[in-house]
Amino acid sequence: MRYTLVLALISLSAAAGAQEWEDRQLFNEGGGDSALRIISSTDTNLFAPLIETFVTRNPDVAVEYLVTGTADIDRRFRASPGDFDIAISSAMDLQLKLANDGFALPLEDIEHPAWAEWRKSLFAFTSEPAAIVVNREAFDGHPIPQSRQELIEALRARPEIFHDRIGTYDVRRSGLGYLFATQDARASETFWRLMEVMGALDARLYSSSSQMIEDLSNGTIIVAYNVLGSYAEPRAARDDVLEIVLPSDFPTTMMRTALVSQETTQAGAAEAFIQFLVSYQWEDDGEARTLPPLSEEDAIERATIGLEPALLAFLDTLKRDKFLTEWENALIQD
Amino acid sequence: MSNSVEVSGSLRNRLVLTLIGGAAVLAMLLFFAVRSYAVQVAQQGQDSILEASVASMLDAATIRDGAVELDLPYSAFSMLSTSADDRVFYAIYQDGTFLSGYEDLAYSEGQPFETQLMRGSDVRTVSASRTMIGADLRTDIQIVLAQTQDALSETLDQISRNVALFGIGFFALAAALSFWATSATIGQLDKLTISVTRRGPQDLSPFAKPVPQEMAPLVKSLNSLMGRLDQSLSQSEDFIAEAAHRVRTPLATVRSYAEATLQRVDKEENREAMRSMVKAIDESSRAAGQLLDHAMTTFRADHLERDDIDLVELVAELVQRLTPIVDMKDLTLTQNGDGQVPYAGDPILIQSAVRNLIDNSMKYSPVESAITITVAADPAPRITVCDQGPGFPSNEIETLTARFQRGANAATTIGSGLGLTIAQDVALAHGGALHLTNQPEGGACVTLSFSH
Amino acid sequence: MKFLLVEDNLDLANAIASRMRQDGHIIDHAENLGDAQAFIEVGEYELILLDIMLPDGDGRTFLAQHRASDRDTPVIVLTARSQVSDRISSLDMGADDYVTKPFDHAELEARCRAVLRRRSGNAKTTIELGKITFDPVSGQMTVDGRAVQMRNRELRLLELFLNAPGQIFSKNKLSDRLFSFDEDVSENAIEVYIGRLRKHLSGSDLKITTLRGIGYRLDHVE
Repeated sequence: MRYTLVLALISLSAAAGAQEWEDRQLFNEGGGDSALRIISSTDTNLFAPLIETFVTRNPDVAVEYLVTGTADIDRRFRASPGDFDIAISSAMDLQLKLANDGFALPLEDIEHPAWAEWRKSLFAFTSEPAAIVVNREAFDGHPIPQSRQELIEALRARPEIFHDRIGTYDVRRSGLGYLFATQDARASETFWRLMEVMGALDARLYSSSSQMIEDLSNGTIIVAYNVLGSYAEPRAARDDVLEIVLPSDFPTTMMRTALVSQETTQAGAAEAFIQFLVSYQWEDDGEARTLPPLSEEDAIERATIGLEPALLAFLDTLKRDKFLTEWENALIQD
Repeated sequence: MSNSVEVSGSLRNRLVLTLIGGAAVLAMLLFFAVRSYAVQVAQQGQDSILEASVASMLDAATIRDGAVELDLPYSAFSMLSTSADDRVFYAIYQDGTFLSGYEDLAYSEGQPFETQLMRGSDVRTVSASRTMIGADLRTDIQIVLAQTQDALSETLDQISRNVALFGIGFFALAAALSFWATSATIGQLDKLTISVTRRGPQDLSPFAKPVPQEMAPLVKSLNSLMGRLDQSLSQSEDFIAEAAHRVRTPLATVRSYAEATLQRVDKEENREAMRSMVKAIDESSRAAGQLLDHAMTTFRADHLERDDIDLVELVAELVQRLTPIVDMKDLTLTQNGDGQVPYAGDPILIQSAVRNLIDNSMKYSPVESAITITVAADPAPRITVCDQGPGFPSNEIETLTARFQRGANAATTIGSGLGLTIAQDVALAHGGALHLTNQPEGGACVTLSFSH
Repeated sequence: MKFLLVEDNLDLANAIASRMRQDGHIIDHAENLGDAQAFIEVGEYELILLDIMLPDGDGRTFLAQHRASDRDTPVIVLTARSQVSDRISSLDMGADDYVTKPFDHAELEARCRAVLRRRSGNAKTTIELGKITFDPVSGQMTVDGRAVQMRNRELRLLELFLNAPGQIFSKNKLSDRLFSFDEDVSENAIEVYIGRLRKHLSGSDLKITTLRGIGYRLDHVE
């Protein structure tokens, strides 16, 4: 039994090494003996300025930045925690479970507010609300919905317009999507009604925010639900037709988190990076950033998802199976 | 006389140490008792939360279509949130078969609460089960829930710190009280010591002041000791007096006979024998008297009792008493200076000193010469006795006051060295000094000076 | 003069008594306080010589009782105690004077005289012989009504002669009476005092005759 398990782990890690990445970039090449390996769900273009600042200040550290989906991060990291020094993800529940299961190295010296860290091993560094992004042209002459209820009504009022032109996360493939969906479901029954309406309109399912925003821009879809506002903003600034709506009924706000692998070989550089990350992203810093800063105001006023063991509940296989069944029943109506 | 007492430890220290030691032991006991109670209470707190959490999980189990469904309630995990971000583990089994959660967490039959090691941390586990009965199904759902104990440790550390502070406070207070209680207790002994010290050397009366019960035996023994001492002192004084009486009375008899016989004997060699006899008696009785005087002076000087006296009056009394003897030798004894020279001193000692000085002067005075006594108040109270004799040998004036030292020209004079020694002892006992000088016109002067 | 001697030691008492009788005094001797009390109640004494340690009590008790009564006979205490003692100062309170045993008889005599002089006041015990009068207590002498100042030893020499006119005193005898035993007396010391006394007596009808090789004698020249 144990033998087969070990074999399975070896084959998995070998597969991981060979696997494709959404993006892979090396900063400050040759700056150190070996690069600090960061596995992340954040798009490189949003994260690059931060890493560049870091390597400028720490010229003897090279950084290899690997991008993949949140669920994939969890899978790869659990399979071979020694392959990575830092894991950064927007899926707070998966990150918390990694820390809970002992994959994270505690960093006692990092000063961070209690609500933004867990066990000194998981550190939040952004506050990012889930948004509804709409194509303003599609609502010409109609009010742009400001809440989930208004969105339901708008979709029901003109099903012909929205059929096949709305998008949301495929919660089966996206960790962040699953987090947003479960948090929405906890907050209100409205979520399930919205899912049913979207299911009736043959909503398109995506595994990342960037793809959804891409399709919004090129007109494939005209409404995207639970998109990361931080991804949409640069596109909205460029593209006049896109409007970002933070639902007024209950906003769901996520905090991007980072942890250092328990098996890191570069604990010093990794800790320096986390220290840099949290201080760089602290809201009082006046610098312009590509990622939204951590906001204490958001944490209090908006429904920011807390870093607490309750996040483990929806990761339970029984519960997850049950939730996904309900979700599929609502959204995928064959 | 030696004033040092062999000291073995200190009653005060012993008492303080015992009380402080007791307080320290009490403080430690208090610390451990409160801490173990706190551990118990805190563990009960964690256990009851775990129990509530696992109960709400079991409640969520349902049977649908003949299969068990378990929709873990969000709140079951929410309630496990702690300030120290404790890790949470759980495992769900159906009839011993693993369903979900952490497979390395084993269900414990019969033992609801356990503390064990899991993934490098001490965890507290709770095991609970529920029997589900469906239409054609009877199955057991077992859940194990585990939580690390970081918050508990933090709380306990906090409590320990507070209890330790409280214990230290208690100890400090107890120590202060110990010192207070000790000095209050020892104070009674000090009081007794002071009242013993303040007594005059002659006061051997029993203590009448009330003392604490525990000190009563001591004071009783002290009183009895002093009673015996008083009795033995007066007995020895009586004995000395009796002895002196027994010795001196026969001497007086012999001397009187010798003198009377001398009146009737004409043969020169017999007369000379009689004279020698009388001289020998005089010499021995004078020497004995001076030795006794010296002993008495030393004794009184050790326990100096000061009275307010007038030196002029004191010298006048002495002059009056000595006048008959001085007259017999056709000498004159004159007291100079009038008014009063008040001084606080031992009158008997001072009289003895001055009498010894006058005795000396009489021994050395030539026929029909004068002895002058001057009493002065400034710069310090002083009594000067001057004669018109040969004066002190200038080469011996320094060493003359040493005991038994006699002047070279005084070989035939009885005990003058001891007389000066007595006078010097008296001066020193009063913080003064004895000065020997020769007058330019001839004659010795001895000044007995006192300090204020 | 009449003395009461209170002394339990018979030898000493006899020695003192005989010595004082030589000087022409009358001595009664009491061996204890009881006898002493009896003597006082019967006879009149000019002076009491009192021993302190007596078989039937302390001399100081007697002294206190004596002082409390209306008699004022002066008392001289004979003590064997040390000079430097509390007890002596307490003696001072009751006694007129004290002598420490063993004592020079001349000193006792001198103290007696001094006490009597202090206490007797105007009472005269004058000896008259020819043209001179002599008061042994006050030591005053007149020749033909004219007062003569004399030194102590001259007075004592005169008193010796006046007590026994016509008696021959050897040089030795006179020397023993005038000088104490610790004094070195030169051979001609007596001759000096005899010379002085003759000078004082000049103008009177008394004269001191020298009997060569024998001694001296006071003669009343008619």
